[in-house]
Amino acid sequence: MNARLLPLAGFVLVLALLGFGTWWSQYHDLREVPSPLIGKASPAFSLPTLDDPERRVTNQDLAGEPYLLNVFASWCFACREEHPVLMNDGKQLGIKLVGFNYKDAPADAKRWLTQFGNPYDLIIADVPGDVAIDFGVTGAPESFLIDAQGIVRFKYISPITPEVIATQLMPRIEAMKKGTRK
Amino acid sequence: MIAFPVRNPHHAGSFAPERVRRKPAYALMLLVMLAIASVSAPVFAIDPLPFKDRTEELRFQALAKQLRCLQCQNESLADSNAPLAADLRRDVFAQMQAGKSDAEIKQWLTARYSDFVLYDPPLHGGTWLLWFGPLLLLLAGTGAVIVTVRRRAAAGAKPRTTMASTAGDSEDDW
Repeated sequence: MNARLLPLAGFVLVLALLGFGTWWSQYHDLREVPSPLIGKASPAFSLPTLDDPERRVTNQDLAGEPYLLNVFASWCFACREEHPVLMNDGKQLGIKLVGFNYKDAPADAKRWLTQFGNPYDLIIADVPGDVAIDFGVTGAPESFLIDAQGIVRFKYISPITPEVIATQLMPRIEAMKKGTRK
Repeated sequence: MIAFPVRNPHHAGSFAPERVRRKPAYALMLLVMLAIASVSAPVFAIDPLPFKDRTEELRFQALAKQLRCLQCQNESLADSNAPLAADLRRDVFAQMQAGKSDAEIKQWLTARYSDFVLYDPPLHGGTWLLWFGPLLLLLAGTGAVIVTVRRRAAAGAKPRTTMASTAGDSEDDW
């Protein structure tokens, strides 16, 4: 009697596992590489700005206030999707928006920004892509939330949307501001 | 190099159809295309690195096969043509030249890209189920078999339990 139900129980178990997997993967992107940098100091870097290659910006220059480091490139298709959101809602974040021009020809990047507008307070250019590797960048667009102490608080892969700003970024920015006031 | 109107083998589809209908021209075109393809094939190979000897090359290839390309995740670093993979190959090679061990290079990569970059996940708190799950299943299965066999032995003279008979029947049916 009981033993007869055993195969059914086994089947139900496998079915439950499948169901859980399906449910879980709806909320988790298995292709998303988790960042080991969260909670750690941002990698040290010294990169030229896009506008003036003679001028270099280091991570220490940016420390002192929180900022959102947004990886973008003119060759990046999804960045075009993200761009209007940064143009419209970038100021709403209330923190510095630093553009990280990734493996791009400076002339192409400048043309791209002239065409679509420039939402950034500052743009640093990583033409060889070395600093991007230190940040664990896998593509564009990606965004890093870095606090006033230079600690990486959050990483977001794929285009930022108004919803991401409201649900993911703003709560963390508010928390960071409260933290610095202490 | 070749004074034939074929400029790029990738654009072969853009030729006018009436040209294709002329058989000799078509054969010649095919020949030229094959020639171009055979000449240009090495250009598409993975970027060559200046290995000092064969042992180093083999070590590099063995290591690159264990690493995942982060951009196209079903390819290894050894196979991928993605720009990021090329950058990472260059870095892995540079670290090898600097005398780093395979373990040190993997550590350098996981500090940036997490264990995700390794095809072989290391054993730690989060992965013990992954490593020992199959063993646990095997033990559970063995346990179930032992229990069933003992029960049947205890049942003694009874020829077959219901489960065994249904299993036997279904096998015949197949």
